[in-house]
Order: sequence, then C-alpha cells, then structure tokens
Amino acid sequence: MSMTITEKILAGHSGRDKVTPGENVWVDVDILMTHDVTGPGTISIFKEEFGKEAKVWDRDKVVVIPDHYIFTEDQHAKRNVVFLRDFVKDQRIDNFYDVGTSDYKGVCHVALPEEGYTRPGEVLFGTDSHTCTAGAFGEFATGIGNTDAAFILGTGKLWVKVPQTMRFVFDGELPEYLMAKDLILRIIGDIGVDGASYAAMEFAGDAVHGLNIEERMTLCNMVIEAGGKNGVIAPDQTTIDFVKSRSEKNFTPVQNDPDARFALEKKFDVSKITPLVAKPHSPENVEAAENLSDVIVDRVYIGSCTGGKLTDFRAAARVLDGRKTAVDTFIVPATTDVARGLREYKLNGKTLLQIFEEAGCRIGNASCGACLGGPDDTFGRLNGQEICLSTTNRNFPGRMGSKKAQVYLASPLTAAATAITGKITDPRKYLA
Amino acid sequence: MPGSKIIGKVYVVGDNVDTDQIIPAKHLVYDTHSPEERKLFGKYAMSGVPEDRSGLPEGSVKFVDEGKYESVFNIIVGGKNFGCGSSREHAPLALQVAGVAAVVAQTYARIFYRNSVDGGFVMPLESVDNIFKSFATGDQVEIDLDANKITDIRTGKSFGLRSLGDAADIIHAGGLFAYARKIGMIKESDKTATKKVGANV
Ligand code: SF4
Repeated sequence: MSMTITEKILAGHSGRDKVTPGENVWVDVDILMTHDVTGPGTISIFKEEFGKEAKVWDRDKVVVIPDHYIFTEDQHAKRNVVFLRDFVKDQRIDNFYDVGTSDYKGVCHVALPEEGYTRPGEVLFGTDSHTCTAGAFGEFATGIGNTDAAFILGTGKLWVKVPQTMRFVFDGELPEYLMAKDLILRIIGDIGVDGASYAAMEFAGDAVHGLNIEERMTLCNMVIEAGGKNGVIAPDQTTIDFVKSRSEKNFTPVQNDPDARFALEKKFDVSKITPLVAKPHSPENVEAAENLSDVIVDRVYIGSCTGGKLTDFRAAARVLDGRKTAVDTFIVPATTDVARGLREYKLNGKTLLQIFEEAGCRIGNASCGACLGGPDDTFGRLNGQEICLSTTNRNFPGRMGSKKAQVYLASPLTAAATAITGKITDPRKYLA
Repeated sequence: MPGSKIIGKVYVVGDNVDTDQIIPAKHLVYDTHSPEERKLFGKYAMSGVPEDRSGLPEGSVKFVDEGKYESVFNIIVGGKNFGCGSSREHAPLALQVAGVAAVVAQTYARIFYRNSVDGGFVMPLESVDNIFKSFATGDQVEIDLDANKITDIRTGKSFGLRSLGDAADIIHAGGLFAYARKIGMIKESDKTATKKVGANV
C-alpha cells in the first residue's frame, strides 16, 4: 500500500485504508499525557467546554505526571499540582504520579515508558513538545497545546495533518565516543531548526538499531528541535522486549511498506562523525567539540529527558570515575527510577552516585530541574551570565533561566569531559 | 473573527522567535482562567526577546510598557520559524491578552500555529517572503485578508500573504471547539457559554 510507519498508524487510527501526507484526519487517541505546567489550563478548558460535571472520555487513557516545577517554594507552582490532584480525584484517574508520595516519578517523557504507557503502533499525545520522544517505541507521538488536549479529554479524538516522512539512516557501528545526542545534533546542524517542519523524522540504519531504548529516546526527543512533528524508529526486538517488560497490553508493531515514499533520505557514516556541540543560542549552531577547546565554562549540567537517563549517567560516570570536576557540575536524574539506578548501578565496584560525589558533583532530585529555567529557586538554574555546557535539548536565550546566560548543548560524555577541564572538551581525550 | 482588515502598529522581531521569548517559563505558573492572573500573561508577553532584537531594526523597544498589561502594538511581524520550542499554549494566549490580533511571519513552528488556530487566540498569517526587514517597529500597517496582503502605510509598500488554506475553516469558526460543534462532532451541551474569558472577537 506504499505507506510509511507514521502514515499506517494514522490510517489505522482514523478508520481508513490509506492516508496521504497533507491530508487532515481525525484520529482515535490511545494515551493522553499532561503535566503540572500545561495540565491546569487543559483542565479549565475541558470544564468550560464540556461542563463542570463532564467526565473524561476514558480515565484509563489519561496519564498525569507532575514534573516541571516540583522542588520550589513558588506558591503558584505548588498550586498547579493541587489543581491536578483535585482533578484526578474527581475523575477517578489512577494514572497519577503525585509529588511527595512513593508514586512520584519525575520527567514525564522518561516516566511514560518506565510505567508502560508507550507501545508500538499506538497514538500518544501529550501537552509537552517533547512528547515526540515516544516515537522511539514505533508509535505516533507528538506534543499539543491545552485546547487540543481539552478536546481529547472530552472526545478521545483529534485532527492531525498527515506528515510526510524524512528518513535519516546511520550506517556503521557506533564508536564508543559517540552517543545518540551527537547523531541528532549532526542532523539538526545539517538541516536547521526548521529543516523538518511538519514532517515525521524516521531514524534507521545499523547504528540506530544498535542503540538501546534510552538512546533511541534521545534521538526522537530532539526532532522538535528540527521542527519535526514526530520521530519514529521501526520497532524491533529491542523495542518489543522493553515494552513487554513494562506493559501487559497487546500491541501491533507497524513497519514501513516496502515501497513507502519518503520526502528525503539522508545517509550518514557514523565513523565520520565526531563529538558535537550546539553553541548558543540555537540547537543548529553545531560545531565539533574539538574545535571549541578554548571555550571556558562556569558550569556543567547533566539532566532532563534528553540527557538525564540511566544510560546518560553511565556514560558520564565512565569519564568521571576517579577524576575531579573543575567546575560546578549538576547531576539531575530525570526520574526516581533513574535516581535509584544511580544508587544501584556499579562501575569498577563503585555506584554511579559514589563516582559523581567523589568527583565533586552536586546531585539534585528527579524533575525537569533547570532544563527550562523555572522559578528562581530551581536547582541548577542559570541566574546570571553563566556559561553552561548542558545535556538538555534547547539553548534558546533564557531557556535555562537568565537571558544573559549562554548554553552549549552536548552529549553526557562531552559534558563529563568538560566538567573535568572547565573548558569544552572532546571526550575522546578520556576514553583512550 | 475580526473583519477582513486588521489595521494597527507593528512590532518587528527576527527569525526563530521561540516560545521562551514569547512568554518565559517562569511565568507559566499563573492561572490562565483567573481574570486577574490572566492579565499577567499580557504583562510579560515577549519579555524574553533579547534586548537587541526587541523591536527591530533598533532594538530595545519594550513590547509592553512598564506597569502595563497590554501592548501598544497589535500586530507582530517576524521572520522564519516563529513560535518554535515548547507546546505552551500560554504563548499565543499571552499575545492575545497583550492585545495582538495577528502575527505575520514567513513560517511557523507547527505547535504554535496549531495552538493559535485551535484556541482562536491570534491569527497566524504567513508572508510569501521573509519580510521583517522591510518594516520598522511602530509602522502603521494594514492587513487585507481578502486580498492577502500587508501594506506599510508609511512607505505604501505591499507584501503578499498566503491564503489561510485548510486552517481557514477553524479560524473562521473561532477555534477548534466552535468548529467541532459546527460540523456536529460534539453536541451543543446544556452549557451556553462556550467562549473563553477575554477571547478576541
Ligand atoms: S526535562 Fe526539559 S525538555 Fe524534558 S520535559 Fe522537562 S522541561 Fe521539557
């Protein structure tokens, strides 16, 4: 039928045999996720439009994960979580991960797969632009605003313009100094921050299918930084094994048709890529780390849905083991599961946490932290003219706090190497 | 839906104005449905734009004056990729609360465009060319929605706009909910008030 994975999922969810890019279709939603920043507004619109007594279309398909403004004294921010709490109680929604309880998780995009809400072939919407992360599981996942989310809460449906698919193929075996972050920065550096506007970005090739699930999530996470609508990776055994270990629900993996059409196919040889950095103030300002060795930084930040998963910290620990940091280095696990991993996972007989503490890092609580600035008292927030190298996904002016600060984006390996020297450092120096 | 013409003063910015510039993250905590707190989104609209790019070509022009909740500018002219970044609907909402009726940019980031249309906040108009360098902040302009053009009243120069395409149905209905009721996708509930607090008419 010559459809791509994305087209097939959208056709299947809109009751059609075939869809073509550019068409608008109404799709049935499998999961709707919301959090503390966008949840309250969504709920207000839902009540306003469907009535105060209205019930959500399917309480088992709504997932509420407070994660953004958690460890703050800001009263408005705290009130937002109360708002979510009242709503889930009223609606009898069980999929809620409340702050201050043993259920609390942290960053929604990492929590969703951990809790088994991401499955091949499904349609997932979330009121957060990095919802595209879940494309790593071979599903259609994208971010939406409050009005669209309120519409889904009431109807279980949403209109979608079918995107064309751009395909990025990474051939070869990934060298140990590269991470998924380098691959996605390579693409964004090449095509620009609007290079994939409205499109689905599919990642393929040996190097991609050799990645573990968390690294695949990092690739899909940053499609929004290229303007993409969704990211997608064809489900394989790695995907299926992971999903089955977390979810009881049946699912149907979807693959590209052999004659599927792509708007573009771009191939990369991974042996030719070196560790990369995106300079301020745009993810497309990409430069080789080795060419930036004269850039002095004040701080290193390792965290977020992009760079705060267990794989990210294991990579950073490989570099930091037995070494000392030269600048303030903030470690912020994305979720409480990742935080537990820091305490349990060992490298050379020491836990990751021990390695980071001995290196002089500061450890924060699981949440979005300073990835998006947040209230002034947020752990790791850039409050002045700091120069920070960060494993997060955006370095727009003011993204991590002050608009006078400068943010460089890189992989956790490059971040750890930079933490040791206080200057942007190619991690190959420490991996020999 | 405003008439077929929008007349007013422009505020000019460049390419890649992201949602953190339109409304910085620390202001996302206010209640969008409390009339008092909602005003704050207007107060801080565009406050994240770097000083040198605030009101081009000179820069350093405040979008909303100190102590005010609304802007004297009701049209924003930008370049490529306007509204990139987060999915926060607070961005088009902040512009609406500040009094903006339309944004004109060559291209938009998908979520911002969609939020503007589905929420009925501001009209996201696409210019055929990248035209931000042809305008100066404070210029009086006229947007003609039937003729698809924007004219700088000072210089008399006109620039083409793209037609609204398939977003037109939702924009003309006044947003996604109004549209869905119109086509019978959701039933008119016993509630009559379906309009948002302070929505643009
Ligand atoms: S960690 Fe950063 S990018 Fe990820 S959801 Fe939180 S704020 Fe957004």
